[in-house]
Amino acid sequence: MTTNSLNSVPVIELTEVTREFQIGTHVVRALDGINMTIEQGEMVAIIGPSGSGKSTLMNTLGCLDQPSSGSFVLNGQDVSRLSDNQLAETRSHQLGFVFQSYNLLPRETALSNVELPLKYSGGYSGKDRRAAARKALDRVGLSERYDHRPMQMSGGEQQRVGIARALVKNPELILADEPTGNLDTKSSGEVIQMLRSLNEVDGKTIVVVTHDPEVAEAMKRVIAFRDGRIVEDRLMTNSESPITKLNVDSSASDEASE
Amino acid sequence: MNAALLLSTALSSIGANKLRAGLTLLGIVIGVSSVIAMMAVGRGAQVSVTSRISDLGTDLITVRPGTQALRFAFFGGGGNSDVLSLADALALKDEVFAPDVRLVAPENSFSGAAIFGSENTFVSGVGVTAEYLEARNLTIAMGRNISNADVQNTSNVVVLGSETSESLFAQRNPIGATIKISGREFTVVGVMESQEGTIFNPDGSVLIPITTAHYRMNNGKGLIDSISVSSINVLATSESTVDDARTDISTVLRLRHELGVDDEDDFLITTQQDTIETLEGTQGTFVILLGSIAGISLLVGGIGVMNIMLVSVTERTREIGIRRAVGAKRRDILFQFVAEAVLMTFGGGILGVLVGWTIAYFGNGASVDGDIIETVIETHIAFIALAVSVAVGLFFGIYPAVRAASLNPIEALRHE
Repeated sequence: MTTNSLNSVPVIELTEVTREFQIGTHVVRALDGINMTIEQGEMVAIIGPSGSGKSTLMNTLGCLDQPSSGSFVLNGQDVSRLSDNQLAETRSHQLGFVFQSYNLLPRETALSNVELPLKYSGGYSGKDRRAAARKALDRVGLSERYDHRPMQMSGGEQQRVGIARALVKNPELILADEPTGNLDTKSSGEVIQMLRSLNEVDGKTIVVVTHDPEVAEAMKRVIAFRDGRIVEDRLMTNSESPITKLNVDSSASDEASE
Repeated sequence: MNAALLLSTALSSIGANKLRAGLTLLGIVIGVSSVIAMMAVGRGAQVSVTSRISDLGTDLITVRPGTQALRFAFFGGGGNSDVLSLADALALKDEVFAPDVRLVAPENSFSGAAIFGSENTFVSGVGVTAEYLEARNLTIAMGRNISNADVQNTSNVVVLGSETSESLFAQRNPIGATIKISGREFTVVGVMESQEGTIFNPDGSVLIPITTAHYRMNNGKGLIDSISVSSINVLATSESTVDDARTDISTVLRLRHELGVDDEDDFLITTQQDTIETLEGTQGTFVILLGSIAGISLLVGGIGVMNIMLVSVTERTREIGIRRAVGAKRRDILFQFVAEAVLMTFGGGILGVLVGWTIAYFGNGASVDGDIIETVIETHIAFIALAVSVAVGLFFGIYPAVRAASLNPIEALRHE
């Protein structure tokens, strides 16, 4: 299935993943047999109309939810049958999550918000935590905003605090759920640039769920969802080039490792 | 999340809504401080009753007629009054059979109206011998005591309690005056010192010779030895010989009453220690009652904590979702909310101890309707109240915390 086996294990490997919800008496299948592999260093947009299952996918990738059937291997570890505590550990150590509405703690400073994941992972002194949080805020260009509370910052800045929080433990994978959904065009552009830079400079694997075609175009691979299935999986040779359409079943990409 | 982080997180959450935390705390403060104050008042009453009884002398032993079955009629003075005679009382003063007995003071009783001129007052009268005052730890303020000659001669002499004297004579000197008690004339020979504040207050009584009481007031017959007495006050040689004296009395009386081995005593021997224990038992119930009332207010405070914690969990659903999404485990959330509840009740407990202590401290010696309130502060009560307030926090904090911890992170994140 993978032609680019030059890489180590894929970051994300979904095999026949389904997720069903019981609503009243009938069962809704939000994910319907998803097969998908995302290699290290890829930058992927997941698009689709609402109700297409992309949010459910994001929750699954973010280890907030688990598949009803099928397997989800994250960095070589099958996380589809982990206990609640193990899932929390996985969230803490393997990935960073960026939210549409930033989800910062309103009473805490930027620095304190970025420190939060470190508080739940143990092994950091207060000094270590602050140092790591400053480094992450510096990385997203908020060196001047350590002590600002969310309400004292613009939306773009708040989202960059959110990105710093996702970065602070230096995870392999960053998941972003509509990261520009609440932002104006200028701030959106900044956030996109930030995500690209994290991919290109820091080598992070990035998966973005979005409605926004501009965001999707800025990614290197686009996966389209509809009715719980992948209907399109295409690669961009680069973001300016014409879109290369791929077969739905061919989920691997050579370009991703470029 | 380690304990220090947990505490700082909980503290900052409490600090975020100071008014609410303060009001919640207030419930606990009131509960704990009322426990402390109530217990201090209760224990104070207990100690003061005990000390008043001890004022009578702990070497005092009282012997009354009657069987064990009538023991609880003690305060009513029940029993078969024909069983103890003056001869029984005299027999207790025996260096061979009753070496531990120092003093014997039999008494009997009567009641009636005392009249002087146009003044009259109801008195409870006691027929006594010369030893009575010493046995009851009483003193003469003016004049003299009833003498043994008065007893021998069946004299119509009377010693007045201070209140009786006050009622009949006001500020005038009563010594030598003639008063009428139940129609018989008595010469006042003495007045007792007031014993206000003691538990068996003799101020409203009068003392006359035991013989006069028997033959004149109670219309008794018979020889002097057969005079029936309602009780015999006995002093042991010392406090440490009270139990020996009790055995002596029992032995002498059983012999005199010709009781067989299997027969029950036909008299009751009560030491001051027995009285103290009985009263302390009663007072103990009183303390428990006060403590329970105060405890209920602590419980109500605890329910207040639970209420606020439940509201807080609902309000902070999104925060919980954020914490879970960045790696918090269920137990991290659980501990955070329990820590908040316990911190509030512990803080309230400490304040409550301080407030209760202050109330008890300044309340000591306060007078309510003429009664002096005494308070006794016990350190262990403070620690118990503090421990209970922490337990209240744990108990009432657990349920909201479990609710918080069991929230689904996805739904919690979606919560507006």
